[in-house]
Amino acid sequence: MRHLLSAADLDVRDAVRILDTAGQMAATQAREIKKLPTLRGRTVVNLFFEDSTRTRISFETAAKRLSADVINFSAKGSSVSKGESLKDTALTLQAMGADAVVIRHQASGAPHTLAHAGWTSGAVVNAGDGTHQHPTQALLDAYTLRRHLVGDGGRGDVTGQDLAGLRVAIVGDVLHSRVARSNVQLLHTLGAHVTLVAPPTLVPVGVEAWPARVSYHLDEVLADDKPDAVMMLRVQRERMSSAGGGFFPSPLEYTRGYGLDARRIAALPEHAVVLHPGPMNRGLEISADAADSPRAVIVEQVANGVAVRMAVLYLLLAGESSPAPTTKVDA
Amino acid sequence: MSTGTPVDGSPEHANVVLGAPEIARALTRIAHEILERNKGGDDVVLLGIPTRGLPLARRLAARLADVEPGLDPAALAGSLDVTMYRDDLAHQPTRTIGATDIPGDGLDGRVVVLVDDVLYSGRTIRAALDAISDLGRPRAVQLAALVDRGHRELPIRADYVGKNLPTATTERVRVLLAETDGRDAVLIEGGTR
Repeated sequence: MRHLLSAADLDVRDAVRILDTAGQMAATQAREIKKLPTLRGRTVVNLFFEDSTRTRISFETAAKRLSADVINFSAKGSSVSKGESLKDTALTLQAMGADAVVIRHQASGAPHTLAHAGWTSGAVVNAGDGTHQHPTQALLDAYTLRRHLVGDGGRGDVTGQDLAGLRVAIVGDVLHSRVARSNVQLLHTLGAHVTLVAPPTLVPVGVEAWPARVSYHLDEVLADDKPDAVMMLRVQRERMSSAGGGFFPSPLEYTRGYGLDARRIAALPEHAVVLHPGPMNRGLEISADAADSPRAVIVEQVANGVAVRMAVLYLLLAGESSPAPTTKVDA
Repeated sequence: MSTGTPVDGSPEHANVVLGAPEIARALTRIAHEILERNKGGDDVVLLGIPTRGLPLARRLAARLADVEPGLDPAALAGSLDVTMYRDDLAHQPTRTIGATDIPGDGLDGRVVVLVDDVLYSGRTIRAALDAISDLGRPRAVQLAALVDRGHRELPIRADYVGKNLPTATTERVRVLLAETDGRDAVLIEGGTR
């Protein structure tokens, strides 16, 4: 593994290896001294073209817990806002000796370009690009699911295990969601059955090709499928009005059809868990009752995110020093 | 350093230096030495370094408990993964991280005996010392190795040695244990022996 760009790049062996490594990383995070010397002397750059405090802090914490040096680069207020290109930014980071670049970009495919254009010799980690992919989010969701639902409900040792046979419902704005895309691929790779639940207007074209079932009725899915986990997606409020595309008539109608509330939680099987990538719109896609219910593992997802990102940085950076870039940099 | 490679079962060019009975005798002797030196086993924690140090630590714990029936072998042995503390991570393929499992009440004030199969450069033990200092503050740290093959790169020496085995750097020492490899043996491969 040289880069982590998409959940589709991972086969089941890679994915399970990352989850196992994350498990060991999580164990170190329960200790009094959480910092490990593993990546001492390595430099990780957080290159964020789009605001995302929680993802950036999660990657920053992960890198620092492994003793890497962290440089945070936010496009706002930087030369990018003055018109500098991704290429020039990448060349600057290369000159500063970045061993890994964690990139969040509003354009789908920007991490792929950065990884393959030969502008940087470092490992590239996709921290969310446009509506395309957010692989570490999918990994932390899979880690959370494995912890709770595999191996005797989280009491046994789950090392080496995948998610075979689990039923997961992903509910909400699938159309705009990189979290949904990454999760569908990764959960399928790990053997889980995924059902996408969304209003017809928020289902992307070409969804038939995805390894998932599609339903427009949340209550039916909860009653018939008895999902082991429900993953709620964030709905952007600005997308609801007709100015934002008019994807649904009103917030109230969306909440009635697709919001997770106490009644729907009660319809879930005893062991089922509720996930949300955050930040939540309480009262829109998830009610306060549901968000605070014991089934919700949303806060734990945040902690698991650090362990998973530590694992990814370890697996990308700890091995043999990366070879020189394949293409010559012609400045 | 542990040889740590999967065993392919091709011992044609391998010299068997220790067989199962010799390994058993060496471990029994080390167990007695540990008890003698520490005046009993009450404060002792045996930390095996994965992969093959771990079964050795468990076997030693069982022998300690045989000699001193008051001891609980399960509470005596743990495992200490040192992968994240190694100084050669950038020069090798990525290593899989093993489990660290500290028994009982932690390490503070105890005597930690590190257990590994082969003592070679000493770098694994240096990493283990770093790992221990992040986990607690033992009263003393001692080192037990089944085989000491020499060629130290750091000022580190074992307190308990199963067998001193002078080797050439071109040779490879392989430790096989019933728990991981199906049989007990120490082999030397390669070189011009």
